[in-house]
Amino acid sequence: MSMPETRQLSFSLAINEALHQAMAEDPRVILVGQGVKSPWYVGNTATGLLEQFGPDRVIDTPVSENAVTGAAVGAALAGMRPVVVHPRMDFMLYAFDPIINEAANWYYMSGGAMSVPVVFWGIINRGGEQAAQHSQALHSIFSHIPGLKVVAPSCPADAKGLMVAAIRDDNPVVFVDERWLYRLEEAVPTGIYEVPIGKARIVREGIDATIACFSYLVLEAVAAAEILEGEGVNCEVLDMRTLRPLDREALIASCHRTRRLVVCDVGWRTGGIGAEMVALVAESGVGLAAPPCRVALPDSPAPAARTLERAYYPRSETIAAAVRGCL
Amino acid sequence: MRRTADERMLLELFRTMVRIRLAEESLVDPILSGEVKCPVHLYSGEEAIAAGVCAALRTDDYVFGTHRSHGHYLAKGGSMRRMIAEIFCRKTGCARGRGGSMHLVAPEVGMFGAAPIVGGTISLAVGAAMASVAREDGRVSVAFFGDGAVGEGVLPEAMNFAAVRRLPVLFVCENNLYSTHLPIRECRVSESIVDIAAPLGVEGVCVDGNDVLDVFEAASRLTGRCRRGDGPGFLECKTYRLRGHVGPDDNIQGSHTDIRSSEEVEAWRARDPIPRCRKALDALGVGSDVLDGIVRAAEDEVADSLAFARASEFPAAEELERYVYA
Repeated sequence: MSMPETRQLSFSLAINEALHQAMAEDPRVILVGQGVKSPWYVGNTATGLLEQFGPDRVIDTPVSENAVTGAAVGAALAGMRPVVVHPRMDFMLYAFDPIINEAANWYYMSGGAMSVPVVFWGIINRGGEQAAQHSQALHSIFSHIPGLKVVAPSCPADAKGLMVAAIRDDNPVVFVDERWLYRLEEAVPTGIYEVPIGKARIVREGIDATIACFSYLVLEAVAAAEILEGEGVNCEVLDMRTLRPLDREALIASCHRTRRLVVCDVGWRTGGIGAEMVALVAESGVGLAAPPCRVALPDSPAPAARTLERAYYPRSETIAAAVRGCL
Repeated sequence: MRRTADERMLLELFRTMVRIRLAEESLVDPILSGEVKCPVHLYSGEEAIAAGVCAALRTDDYVFGTHRSHGHYLAKGGSMRRMIAEIFCRKTGCARGRGGSMHLVAPEVGMFGAAPIVGGTISLAVGAAMASVAREDGRVSVAFFGDGAVGEGVLPEAMNFAAVRRLPVLFVCENNLYSTHLPIRECRVSESIVDIAAPLGVEGVCVDGNDVLDVFEAASRLTGRCRRGDGPGFLECKTYRLRGHVGPDDNIQGSHTDIRSSEEVEAWRARDPIPRCRKALDALGVGSDVLDGIVRAAEDEVADSLAFARASEFPAAEELERYVYA
């Protein structure tokens, strides 16, 4: 096995490449949503798709999240593989009915007669004094729902591979990414490939503490691990990548090695997926040397003022302090 | 010639309506006795709509239904045995006992599912039509919904999106004048629903939903437009349910909820679509032996389906978490 050919690619262009390759591979794949014609909405993730695949497969839409998301679900039932994009995740709340009542339940309530291969792509678009309705990270809500899968990549190669995997999956998959990651550049394989849904990735090996994280906070966790390395503390950074189903085995195995756990959630603390991760470890019986710790957003809506934003979002130093508290 | 064609079509419509009615009425006793426990929304009185619309469709066209979809399922060609078994929540049901009465599905004949979230399947039908356009396969998609769904924001969203993209979708509003318990005059200023279509660029038609030929002809015209690429249609069918919103007698005077007057129910019973169709067939000279034969065959089919359901097992508890993921 030779290593795949790679080159530097940004996170957003890695998604763009996933869409190009998936649409070229399979005529059932369509892209639907507000702003797929506009870089202002979706960055350069949709660049070139309309020209390549035409207006019956690249469909810009009116501001009607409920109907448009439902239309993607209906197209999936009729044998297509739609990707429906919500350039700001906050607006997905209008589409809870098609996502949760319809798509997540359809396979079960039809006794397996009809599956719903659709990707609900929601972009977290926080910071910049945008306040409470332009900043929310709602991945935990979707992770609560049986029938949905939820992925949240942190790097360009995973963004591409998880988008391809989500499109090829026969189930509804919520693909959550962050604008804060879009300019991140790393090596990305040129061909089409899948990153398996449900598999975590060890970003950095360590023996003193496990930092289990996902999405943007993986970057901050790696930075925290570097800070702590200077203090003689060797952290393992585990990128969960998929939030439903969580990679329970990888999480427990890492805790078994390190005996210390800090989980980082890009959403709110209470009832979040970070709490679920701690619960899985607690139930497993792995003996931790110190109580586990959650790093998450405080239980407050997102503020506007930059002074408040600085206090709101966890950074590498927040994570490093949490690890120190477990030592 | 014309008369022969009418006669054959009308006989088919009569057969469909009779099958639906007898299947619905056969559920009354099992519901009252507790043998059937899942919520059952009977379609008695509204059969002409499912029969007329589905007669205008091809087998591979898509239908999406509601909580009250036994008629849509049967008219589209779903198996009566598997429907009754599903209502009895047996593993031989069309949804293997996972759905019950409100989630009938028969993808092999284009019945793509039903859901009790009011308005919940309207956008799904729009999406299936979007798939037809992407594939250029000429299929039409139908969303059935009640007058209650007109209060949901997703309906104008879906109609507008379908009109903008000229999608082959037919919106069929079964206006039975009550949103569960609430009369339409307390839900909307106007009793006319079809008026919402034109401003959104959708071709609207309103028919007597208890006249099966009227429904069939309007549905044929609107689905014809869809197939020609002329965009979506909206068909308002004025009708009335002869049974309760859920269960046999809920919402009828004399029952515990006491919503509708007996006079009103009786006035609509006089407009029952099935005797009206039978009268039209009489006028065409179809013998009562032929019509009685249709009724007897439907009675036999219903009896067979009930026996099939009762002889079927419930799903096993060990199978609880099957079908969560494909």
